[in-house]
Amino acid sequence: MSTDPQTAEAPLGITPSQTIGPFFAYALTPCAYGGSELATGTVAAEGVAGERIRIAGTVYDGDGAPVGDAMLETWQADAQGRYNAVGNAGFTGFGRVETTVEGAFQIETIRPGPVAAPDGTMQAPHLSLSVFARGILTRLTTRIYFEGEAANAADPVLALVPADRRHTLIATREADGSFRFDIHLQGQDETVFFAA
Amino acid sequence: MSLIYPRESLAAHPANASPAYGSTVKRAPSKPLILLPHTLSETTGPVFGHAAVAAGDCDLTRQHVGEPLGERIIVSGRVLDEDGRPVPHTLIEIWQANAGGRYVHVRDQHPAPLDPNFTGAGRALTDAEGRYRFVTVKPGAYPWRNHHNAWRPAHIHFSLFGPSFLSRVITQMYFPGDPLFKYDPIFQSITDAQVRERLVSRFDLATTEPEWALGYQFDIVLRGRNATPVEEPHEH
Ligand SMILES: [Fe+2]
Repeated sequence: MSTDPQTAEAPLGITPSQTIGPFFAYALTPCAYGGSELATGTVAAEGVAGERIRIAGTVYDGDGAPVGDAMLETWQADAQGRYNAVGNAGFTGFGRVETTVEGAFQIETIRPGPVAAPDGTMQAPHLSLSVFARGILTRLTTRIYFEGEAANAADPVLALVPADRRHTLIATREADGSFRFDIHLQGQDETVFFAA
Repeated sequence: MSLIYPRESLAAHPANASPAYGSTVKRAPSKPLILLPHTLSETTGPVFGHAAVAAGDCDLTRQHVGEPLGERIIVSGRVLDEDGRPVPHTLIEIWQANAGGRYVHVRDQHPAPLDPNFTGAGRALTDAEGRYRFVTVKPGAYPWRNHHNAWRPAHIHFSLFGPSFLSRVITQMYFPGDPLFKYDPIFQSITDAQVRERLVSRFDLATTEPEWALGYQFDIVLRGRNATPVEEPHEH
C-alpha cells in the first residue's frame, strides 16, 4: 500500500467505523468526571449574534425505550449562514452531548441562517446531526430543520425525503418557545437517516 | 484545497444491522438511508487547535501521581486521506480500559480492579506530516454480555474529525494476533477480512523504545480525495 501521493494510483481504503460503545463518557463528555470538555450542548455563548433557541428531545430505540448512552454531535452555520466564520467569538458551530439515562438531550444555540446549496439555490436553516451509541456500528447522520420556516418548502434535501417521513427531520415548536426534536432509531416513526 | 468524498468508500463501514451484535437489533434503522448531497453543511466541519489539547494529554501514563500497572506501550502512526496525503493538525481522541480490562466509566461492572493511576483518556493533534503518538498501557480484554462467554479483544477507541463532517469517524484499534478476533461480533461486523485488518495495529520494533515500552503503528485513513487529481490511466 503506497502512501506517496505521486505514485498512489488507487485510493487507500478508509479506516472502517466501530461502535462508540457504552463507556465513552469519561473521555468524550467528561463533565461528570472532572475532565475538560471539547464541546458541550451550549453551542453559542451569551452575546453571539442571532436568535437564541433551545432544541430538546429524546432518543428512542425500536421498542420505544429511551437510549440512555448515546452521544449526539451537532454542526451548524452561524446566524448569517456561514460555517467556520472568522471573528464570531463564542461560536464554533459544534455541539456535543451525551443523552441522560432517560434518553434526553438539549442543545442551546442560535438559529442558523440559510446556507447555499451546490446548485446555487438556498438550503433552509438546519443543523447536521451525528448519532453515536452502543449498538450503532457506523455513525447515523440526519438533519434538524425548524417548524414554521418558510424556506423548508424549497429545501433541496427535504425534497429528497418521502413526504410522509419529512416531519421526522423538523423540530416542532413547544408552548415555551423551545424546539422539540425526538430521534427514533428504528420503527414506525423512524427518523430519516442519510448516507452521506 | 477542496476535497471530494466518493461514496464508494462508505462500503468499508460495517452495516448497522449486524444481529450477532445484540445491541444493534433495536438500534439499527430499518428503512433505507437517503443519499445526501455534499453541500457546505457536509464539506465543512469543526476545527480544533492547540487549545483543545493540554500538555500531557497524549501520555496516559502520566496523568496521576504514580504510574499505572500494565504493559507500557507506544501507539503511533499517521492520519492520511484517501490519496495518501497526510491530514495535518487534526484532533484524535482515544479512550480505553486499564490493563485489567476495566473502564473508569461508572457503569462498567466488570469485577476487575480500577487503577488509581490510570484514567484511560487521551487527546492529540497530528503534526504537519499527519503523525501522532500516544503513550499508554496495553488495555486488557474484558467480558460483556452479548452472548455466553463473550469477551472483547483488547482495543483502544479512536475518535477523529478530519477536515469535514464527512470525514468524521469513531473506531477501535486492535492488537495483532488477538485470539478473540474470531469470536467478536463487533470486529466481525466488518465482513471483508482485508478491511478488518485495517483496524489491527502492527507491532514495530522501530517504535519500541529499549528498556521502556513496546511500540505499535496504527495508520488511519479518513475520507477525502483531491478534487482535481492528476490524470489517471483509464481502464478499458
Ligand atoms: Fe471498549
